[in-house]
Amino acid sequence: MSAVLVAILVLLSLAIIFGLILGYAAVQFKVEGNPIVDQIDDILPQTQCGQCGYPGCRPYAEAIANGEAINKCPPGGQTTIEALADLLDVEAVALDAEHGEESVKTVAYIREDECIGCTKCIQACPVDAILGAAKQMHTVIVSECTGCDLCVEPCPVDCIDMLPIETTLNNWKWTPPVPGIELIATDTGYSSDPLSSEQALNKQALNKQASSKEKAVS
Amino acid sequence: MSKIFAFHGGIHPPENKKQSTRAPIRLAPVPEQLVIPVQQHIGAPAKPCVKPGEHVLKGQVIAVAQGRISVSVHASSSGTIVEISPKAVPHPSGLDATCITIQTDGKDLWTEHQGLGDYRALERSSIIDFIRNHGIAGMGGAGFPTDVKLHLGDDHIVNTLIINAAECEPYITADDMLIRERADQIVGGIEIISYLLNPTHILIGIEDNKAHAIRVLEEALRSTTLNIDIVVVPTKYPSGGEKQLVQLLTGVEVPSGRIPADVGIVCQNVGTAAAIYQAVQHGIPLISRVVTVTGAAVSKPQNLEALIGTPLKTLLDTAKIKRDQLSRLVMGGPMMGFTIEDDGIPVIKTSNCIIAATQEEMPPAPPAQACIRCGLCEQACPAELLPQQLYWFAKSREFDKAKNHNLFDCIECGACSYVCPSNIPLVQYYRFAKNEIRTEEAEQRKADQARQRFEARQARLDQEKADKEARRKDRAVQAAKTQAAKKTATEAAEANPEDKIKQLKTAAAITRTKLKKALTALETAKVESSDNIAQLDLQYQQAEHAANDAQKALESAEQNPPPSLTIAPDIKQLKTQAAVARTKLKKAQQALKIAEEKSHDGAELLRVTVAQLEEKAKSAQKAFDNVDENAAHNSAAQETLPKEAALNAIDLKALKQNVSIMRTKLKKAEKAMELTEASSPEATELEQEISRLTQLHQQAKTQLDNEEARKTSIAAAQGVDLKKLKIDAALARAAVTKLERSIKKLQETAEPELNSPELDKLQSELAAAQQKATLLNNTLSQFE
Repeated sequence: MSAVLVAILVLLSLAIIFGLILGYAAVQFKVEGNPIVDQIDDILPQTQCGQCGYPGCRPYAEAIANGEAINKCPPGGQTTIEALADLLDVEAVALDAEHGEESVKTVAYIREDECIGCTKCIQACPVDAILGAAKQMHTVIVSECTGCDLCVEPCPVDCIDMLPIETTLNNWKWTPPVPGIELIATDTGYSSDPLSSEQALNKQALNKQASSKEKAVS
Repeated sequence: MSKIFAFHGGIHPPENKKQSTRAPIRLAPVPEQLVIPVQQHIGAPAKPCVKPGEHVLKGQVIAVAQGRISVSVHASSSGTIVEISPKAVPHPSGLDATCITIQTDGKDLWTEHQGLGDYRALERSSIIDFIRNHGIAGMGGAGFPTDVKLHLGDDHIVNTLIINAAECEPYITADDMLIRERADQIVGGIEIISYLLNPTHILIGIEDNKAHAIRVLEEALRSTTLNIDIVVVPTKYPSGGEKQLVQLLTGVEVPSGRIPADVGIVCQNVGTAAAIYQAVQHGIPLISRVVTVTGAAVSKPQNLEALIGTPLKTLLDTAKIKRDQLSRLVMGGPMMGFTIEDDGIPVIKTSNCIIAATQEEMPPAPPAQACIRCGLCEQACPAELLPQQLYWFAKSREFDKAKNHNLFDCIECGACSYVCPSNIPLVQYYRFAKNEIRTEEAEQRKADQARQRFEARQARLDQEKADKEARRKDRAVQAAKTQAAKKTATEAAEANPEDKIKQLKTAAAITRTKLKKALTALETAKVESSDNIAQLDLQYQQAEHAANDAQKALESAEQNPPPSLTIAPDIKQLKTQAAVARTKLKKAQQALKIAEEKSHDGAELLRVTVAQLEEKAKSAQKAFDNVDENAAHNSAAQETLPKEAALNAIDLKALKQNVSIMRTKLKKAEKAMELTEASSPEATELEQEISRLTQLHQQAKTQLDNEEARKTSIAAAQGVDLKKLKIDAALARAAVTKLERSIKKLQETAEPELNSPELDKLQSELAAAQQKATLLNNTLSQFE
């Protein structure tokens, strides 16, 4: 009887102690906001283009944290989707074409002699990358431009072009080497279906045989 | 002799160095056009400081260094600047970059140049600036600006200076030949570097396949006071790699992601040392370098001292290229160099070798086979990495994992590819992966910047919004305050009937104006027989109704005058006093009359009393008038029209009474005069009395007239008080009738001669009254 009582008392006191520790920790080490949103926001490309249907990258990050699909970011492309899938432990799906396709990176370019200085593009730019004033010629700060496209629409004289980023010696990249002959499944880097490729090879071989036989007959 | 350490891995490819060491260094011919890229080094490109058409001399600065890591660029020969434009440069991408093209004049005229002489007397920083301004960048291959390596700052203590003479890559003999022929320059350069860095010991690392060079170098070192050790290392690729050489000579491994300077070691190439000597001693900038032109496709493989900017074609022609045998043109060594397609690209500061290879010499890479996990690459890797692992990661684009496997410690030496039995282009995979990671990092940086900018903008917009909201709220509070003030004013007006009356009057005036407008519109419509008469009629009726209502409200308000008027009892009292005085006077006068009629003795006494009473009555009247006037003024000031009107009415009445009293008195006096004899003393007295009374009458009359005129003017000012106007008009008409009657009476009485001036006056008064009456009538008709 006393053993049971002692056990109960010990467990009770332990429960109280840990409860107090947890309660203190909950107050003292409270995390402001949702940390997962920050992590998602870090992965997103921050073009602030709104192609996902949200007004900027952070709202989309918040939406993803609340269960929105991860494949709505064309500027981020497949890389971003994979990173997001990795972070959220969900399946990496293909980019949702409804929101646009992954394209080459561009920067806005204002044809300055056509600019009328209406400041509409300045108001549209989500990262303040356009410099100018009313009735003054505007220009794009190329290093700050995210290529989001948002300034093109409001321009009343259509003097903004989205030009692909020029390849210079500084941003030139080595092309991925041509992969050689893949003998085993892991050579490709992805776990593809080995059966189908084998079948295709067999089919090819059979076709060859058939055609040679046909030739011999005729 | 120092102890020789070892580094992991390494390979022993065929050297192929003998071909190009048979002939001494020859000067390459000055080409017709020199194409000098503004960026031949790592760091920021130099900024062109010449213009097309300008004539430049040999050694003249044509582009100045920009930023910390940058060096200047000089004209390699005299001539004219043709253009500054993007042209093909030695780069694996084959892309164009800004180049300055000089049309040489063949004179090869030097600009003024001078060495520093006794550099030991100079400040170290000025020597370093001198080196920077003479365009010296590392000549071993990477092209890192030399001045940066010589000026490391106080946080780096250099204890070992390593001169890299290993030249481990096959085919290349430029450094070998340089040592053989210009060892004194190299030693001189080492002396300058050691003065600048002040190292505790200096090592020259050289591979054992350069016996001739080692001998020459040992010879040259005898002339120097410096303690320089020549460390002969076994020939093994890539012993010439900076980190590998450091490990070979000192046994110190440079930590991952750090530079040798972090462990107190500085590495300089022999070519760089020679260039430093040339610059500091002779003021000759880096405008030429020794280039090995070799390969099976050239008849005379040799080392050429070529001006920077010389097209490769010139060098190949000098070495007698057999174009029909040429299959591949490689810039740099066979291990780390890159294939170039265009032989028009120029020699730059880092170009140490050109290999014109035949098909047999460098066959195209066979197709890559599958990795058989043999592990040879791991054994060959001088950086002790896991090339196979990195290959998988690079291939499957798992760059994070590749990075975690220290991909960035890879020096891209190509040893792994060389040993790979499956011919997998491993280095290409690593370069690709490095590129991707760098791009990703750059994008991440850009994304962070964009996020910062976006958030800053968002914060700014929110702030603006909040400010706007605050301003709006402020305005709302202000508006509410004014509204409240207005409300209290209205309430006060309601409490104060005068204000209310004023408001009502304004309202009545507005409705009247509306009514008038409606009437005009209706009439116009009637005249034009318009279609909407009915509608206008309705409108007119509505307006009339509204006007009537407003008028009624105003009248009712006016009929209930303010209950408490401070002046009213005063005026009343005064009025009563005046009336009392007048009654007394009347009585006294009556008594006097009776006495006079009876020729009583007490007439004299009575007359005195009458005079006294008259005085009293006059003063009472005056007091009353004064107060009345004040009241009128006050009311005018307060714009309390009904009160004024009431006061005016009272005033007018009193004045009229006065006038009539005077008139009656006058008549009575005249009657008495008629009764008495003309010659009697009483008659004279009576005459005097009459004239006095006439005067009084006159006064009262003028007062009345003035008051009436004032009232009319007030009425006119108020403009639209119909009722008052009507009353005024009626009063004026009555005055006219009265005056007419009095004139008739006067005419009827006897002695027209006596009364003629009075009659005239009355007639003129009548005319004035008539005029006023017609005026008032006109005004009235206007409003009606």
